[in-house]
Amino acid sequence: MSTQAAPAGAPAPADSARARRLTEWVFRVRELGIIVALGLLILVTGILEPRFLDTDSLRNLALNASIFAVLAAGQTLVLVTRNVDLSVGSVLGLSAYLAGDLLSKHPGMALPLVFLLGMALGAACGLLNGVLVTWGQVPALVVTLGTLYVFRGIAFLWTDGSQVNAETLPDPFLDLGTDSLVGVPILVIIALVVLLLVGQWLRDFRAGRELYAIGSNPDGARLAGVRSERRVLSAFVLAGALAGLGGVLFTARFGTVDATAGVGYELTVIAAAVIGGVAIFGGTGSVYGAGLGALLLGTITSSLIVLKVEAFWQQAAIGALLLLAIAFDRLVGLRVDAALRRRSARRAA
Amino acid sequence: MPPDTDVPQTAAAAAATPAAPAPEARGGRLRSLLGGWEALLVGLIVVMIVVGQSLSPEFLTADSFTTGSLDLSEVALMALALTLVIIAAEIDLSVASVLALSSAVMADLWNRGLPLELIMPICIALGALCGVFNGMLVTRLGLPSLAVTIGTLALFRGFAYVVIGDESVTDFPVTWTDRGFGNFAGTFIPNTIVLFAILAIAFAVLLHATPFGRSIYAIGANEEASYFSGLRVKRIKLLLFTLSGAVAALAGIVISLRNSTAAANVGQGFELTAITAVLLGGVSIFGGRGTIVGVILALFLLGGIQKALLLSESISSYWIQIVTGALLVGSVLGPNIARRVAESRRRRSSQHPEEGQAP
Repeated sequence: MSTQAAPAGAPAPADSARARRLTEWVFRVRELGIIVALGLLILVTGILEPRFLDTDSLRNLALNASIFAVLAAGQTLVLVTRNVDLSVGSVLGLSAYLAGDLLSKHPGMALPLVFLLGMALGAACGLLNGVLVTWGQVPALVVTLGTLYVFRGIAFLWTDGSQVNAETLPDPFLDLGTDSLVGVPILVIIALVVLLLVGQWLRDFRAGRELYAIGSNPDGARLAGVRSERRVLSAFVLAGALAGLGGVLFTARFGTVDATAGVGYELTVIAAAVIGGVAIFGGTGSVYGAGLGALLLGTITSSLIVLKVEAFWQQAAIGALLLLAIAFDRLVGLRVDAALRRRSARRAA
Repeated sequence: MPPDTDVPQTAAAAAATPAAPAPEARGGRLRSLLGGWEALLVGLIVVMIVVGQSLSPEFLTADSFTTGSLDLSEVALMALALTLVIIAAEIDLSVASVLALSSAVMADLWNRGLPLELIMPICIALGALCGVFNGMLVTRLGLPSLAVTIGTLALFRGFAYVVIGDESVTDFPVTWTDRGFGNFAGTFIPNTIVLFAILAIAFAVLLHATPFGRSIYAIGANEEASYFSGLRVKRIKLLLFTLSGAVAALAGIVISLRNSTAAANVGQGFELTAITAVLLGGVSIFGGRGTIVGVILALFLLGGIQKALLLSESISSYWIQIVTGALLVGSVLGPNIARRVAESRRRRSSQHPEEGQAP
């Protein structure tokens, strides 16, 4: 578990600009690779089964992927800091039920307030995770495995076997899950806005860059004056808030919610992020890649269904794709490492 | 991790009682084996038994032990091999999927008319093969086992569905299903738990009394140092993943016979329960620390809590998940806090406030 697919070692200062260009190039290739794979998949499926390219079918595909994309964006924030959040599925379940419960009891409630409350609940869950990881110094894998159970158990206690039905929810809310704005589904717009905000924050803001620093070298980051604990805490809170948002979107999209909403999502979300080039041991990857990973996973699922390939192959395909992605990252990482080493050796000579 | 605290705690204890004679190496080892975390688990088990009995008079009965332990037997089997993997600082999330694949292949081969006596070794060999696959990706390609086994978690479960679809097979011969479900020689101990006990002894000996076992600790504590001191790190890790796969496949056979049902959807989420048991047993997620005894105690504790809450009429069984999760986090958090309190007390007594830290 010691290796990392990232060209983390910084070469001689003179090379840093070229090295950065090289790593940026690798990233672009990585994301481009997913886009090409996506294009090929859609094209081949479309040729074999033209109905796949219907607007309805493509719309459904985008709708399904958007909730996962929101979750994957949150997961990226945590993964980049060399932590992991296994509790996303349970947090989604809690906030999905909260949204459904609130709206079925108070149908007149302002929708932004529902979103806010859902995200606040998620952020509170994330805060608990983050506090346990930073202040409690408990490994994130242990904390979030524990809270995966705790949050899900609370959801079961809270719902007590009941469920929220779509009929009891106000129409404007359910419309959010199906309606479009200038041809683009609202859910997709929300997901894109989230990806863009989080992506730019990670890319251009000091706090975002510091998350990468923490992930690629925790001790180094601390020595360089990064307030690691506070940053990691904020990553968990943000990831929780995004899982909360995902929960509200889940309710808007599916209408029927019980305590099992989002069971098992954590692995799909992590798979999406890793397929999108986010290293599981921190320091590398972008939110856009993770979003593309979510879209690719969703597309594979839909295209297998459309092609009437037995649905049973679906999980095997996702697993194989994940293994391919990490193997690819590893090989590219080794190459880049070797290239950087050669280059700095040449400079030194 | 819980055992991490052993060092400062024993150091503090030694400092507190300077007059006490230095314990012999052997006594020290025995104490470190049974002391600390394991003692705490025993204490928790006592609390669990008292509370469980007060929740339901049926708790402390042979019948409740039989059903309670039967429910946890597959997780218990998988936790044994997983303990070794985690001590070597790796992880195997694919165990429950290997279990499902083994169950599905068992069903398929049975449908094709093979005898069960032949099917079972094939399933175990297949599980070992799954483990080899994980191990190869981790050791030869150098991929992180967390990512690899999340991938094979989906892959192997997917294969299970490909093999058998959503069908299930329920017509296994009664002699074998009776063996899976029955008790050992007229006692209240299920056969599956006897199997677990045999394997537990084997794994305990392997881990604690052989050079191979010591090398697992060495690899978990410091992989590089182990490599440079001549341990065949990659081969040992490959072997551990293989073992984990084979035991998971065995658990797949057990669950199929015990429920007289083989299907692809069995054991969903068991990997998390198994990891919970291992970590609760005091095994460090960073490797290098932990004992089989601790894991067995943790399994006993988890099983007891489950059974107590299931039997209780006043408390909802939904609390099982909450208590399990809280115990898992608490098992690491508690010692961490205790260490901090001890450290700050020591700092205060030595009057060096410059190390003051935000709480």
